[in-house]
Amino acid sequence: MLWETYLLAQRAIRRNVLRSALTVLGIVIGVAAVITMVTLGSGATAQVTSDISKLGSNMLQARVGQGFHRGGGARGAATPFQIADAIAIEQQIHGLQAVAPVTNGSLQAIYGNANWSTTITGSTTDFLIVRDWSLADGRVFTEGEMRAGQAVCILGATVVRRLFGSEDPLGATIRLGKIAFRVIGVLNPKGQSSFGTDQDDFALIPLRTFQRRVAGNTQVGTIMVSAMDGVPTEQVQTDMERLLRERRNIAAGQEDDFFVRDMKEIIDTLTGTTRVLTALLGAVAAVSLLVGGIGIMNIMLVSVTERTREIGTRLAIGALERQVLLQFLVEAVVLACFGGVIGIALGLGAARGAAHFLDIPFIFNPGIVAAAFIFSAMVGVIFGYFPARQAARLDPIEALRYE
Amino acid sequence: MGALIQLEQVAKVYGKGQAAVNALDRIDLIIQRGEFVAVMGPSGSGKSTCMNILGCLDTPSRGVYRFGGVDVGALTRDQRALLRRNYLGFVFQGFNLLSRTSALENVELPLIYRGMPIRQRRERAREALAAVGLTGWEQHNPAELSGGQQQRVAIARAIVSDPDVLLADEPTGNLDSARSREIMDLITRFNQERGLTIIMVTHEADMAAYARRRIDFVDGRIAGAADAPSGARNK
Ligand SMILES: Nc1ncnc2c1ncn2[C@@H]1O[C@H](COP(=O)(O)OP(=O)(O)OP(=O)(O)O)[C@@H](O)[C@H]1O
Ligand SMILES: [Mg+2]
Repeated sequence: MLWETYLLAQRAIRRNVLRSALTVLGIVIGVAAVITMVTLGSGATAQVTSDISKLGSNMLQARVGQGFHRGGGARGAATPFQIADAIAIEQQIHGLQAVAPVTNGSLQAIYGNANWSTTITGSTTDFLIVRDWSLADGRVFTEGEMRAGQAVCILGATVVRRLFGSEDPLGATIRLGKIAFRVIGVLNPKGQSSFGTDQDDFALIPLRTFQRRVAGNTQVGTIMVSAMDGVPTEQVQTDMERLLRERRNIAAGQEDDFFVRDMKEIIDTLTGTTRVLTALLGAVAAVSLLVGGIGIMNIMLVSVTERTREIGTRLAIGALERQVLLQFLVEAVVLACFGGVIGIALGLGAARGAAHFLDIPFIFNPGIVAAAFIFSAMVGVIFGYFPARQAARLDPIEALRYE
Repeated sequence: MGALIQLEQVAKVYGKGQAAVNALDRIDLIIQRGEFVAVMGPSGSGKSTCMNILGCLDTPSRGVYRFGGVDVGALTRDQRALLRRNYLGFVFQGFNLLSRTSALENVELPLIYRGMPIRQRRERAREALAAVGLTGWEQHNPAELSGGQQQRVAIARAIVSDPDVLLADEPTGNLDSARSREIMDLITRFNQERGLTIIMVTHEADMAAYARRRIDFVDGRIAGAADAPSGARNK
């Protein structure tokens, strides 16, 4: 019986293909939007997570100021870190693989006629360990170069490309700002981060060189550390907090004027953001599904009115009330599901294209596909029921007489 | 055995108060199984109203309609639908075929609602179309058929479920006389070969002549009848 009803419905739908297509357009768009959003959202989340774990999931950062959870800036006057703080951490905290005091600035890099504005990072060779960078060519800083603050630099792939093109940069002399630096090493490229920034666009110089010749002070912006494998980052975090409070003479009960954050927290924050965004866009898409449902109801009501004589004929030749009800209900559900399937196909296609374009992984999520399908079927049932009941309750003689 | 169809003091009133129209004014009517009845009368005399009541599409305002001894007025909506489905075949004046639906599918329709399996159904629909001389036209839509052919599809649909009674409201209303005669021959054959009870509304005396009994409506009443069989009239 249900199969027969399905065939009847299919026949009715095929009798007016264009209108049927327009009827389900709302559902198609809604479902496609939901599928695209959610698929891209989970791709982006996966991307962020994997990017950040590439930074090293065992990495921690200490910075001066209020925690980034609290908006920061409240105690702008907090004393900056010094190299001595990094040395103290290195000496007094166990289970650390590397400790890198880091300060960043922005400078113009010049070689011959080539000119490129880039980030200058002043740090130690430990920076390369903490951030998991590998050399493509050349060498790292020597202890002597770091202690003496010599003008040597290691370049990221983007800077190399911008300044040297296909030329070999090793041994060349470039200018960073007003100072001449010798290029001693080149890094392997890492590509774009998930936030869209080019990770390879920087030049690494010794921290002392940065402090003396670029910044003109002895401050350290960030202390990055990486824990050894198997050492819980929570442990390192509390140890660092205790040590830094001590060194900065923060009395018990007083709030920290610095913060130590763990990569996991950063991952959570960022994936949390994409999740919220996904949920938001999903909600917008769900609203368009609802609108699609109302579209179906509207057309089904028009269809019932238009097909009054047909319904009268069906009733006259012996269709029962519930057979007519079922027919129109099935028709609405078939229409809605049909729209759902098209929407799913379109959504997956769009997500695939967009994922390729945005360079994030395409993650097929069968759960959301099933949910979208079931949801469109439900839209069909809910919004098809009222018009179907309208049709089933028609008086046969009135319906036959209807013009 | 009782009569197949029995109307007792059946009245149908449309509207209320001043505007009320007595479409049927307390009529009595008995029709036996196997009869071929022509219903005639001027426009507005209540013929269609009577047919609709006989066909269980409409209910009388007053009076009792018995079909095979059963009081139709006491049945539920669905029971009346089942009665139509199992015992009655309709041929409407305006054909009422489903558009953009093939002749075969149109004829199949009553069998679908009976839940007949598809193979059997197709077979029966083909036979019915063959019986009205439309073999080879199964896949044509009503729009691709002539008026006479459409009327024959409508007849095929009415007889496909093997009903006891065929109700036809002006089946030849919009056909020329040659086509009309074809249809009448067809109906007469069903009456004679299958013993199908036929009640047919017509305006034309030629067509009424095919019937063995004639009922004349005047102002919602039945006027004097000709050729009344074996005292079936006026109980
Ligand atoms: N749905 C209706 N509402 C109100 N009045 C109606 C309705 N149907 C029929 N009537 C009235 O009932 C009377 C009988 O109508 P009916 O359709 O039975 O006539 P008829 O004999 O079939 O006429 P015709 O030969 O023109 O088809 C007419 O006066 C008509 O105006
Ligand atoms: Mg009439």
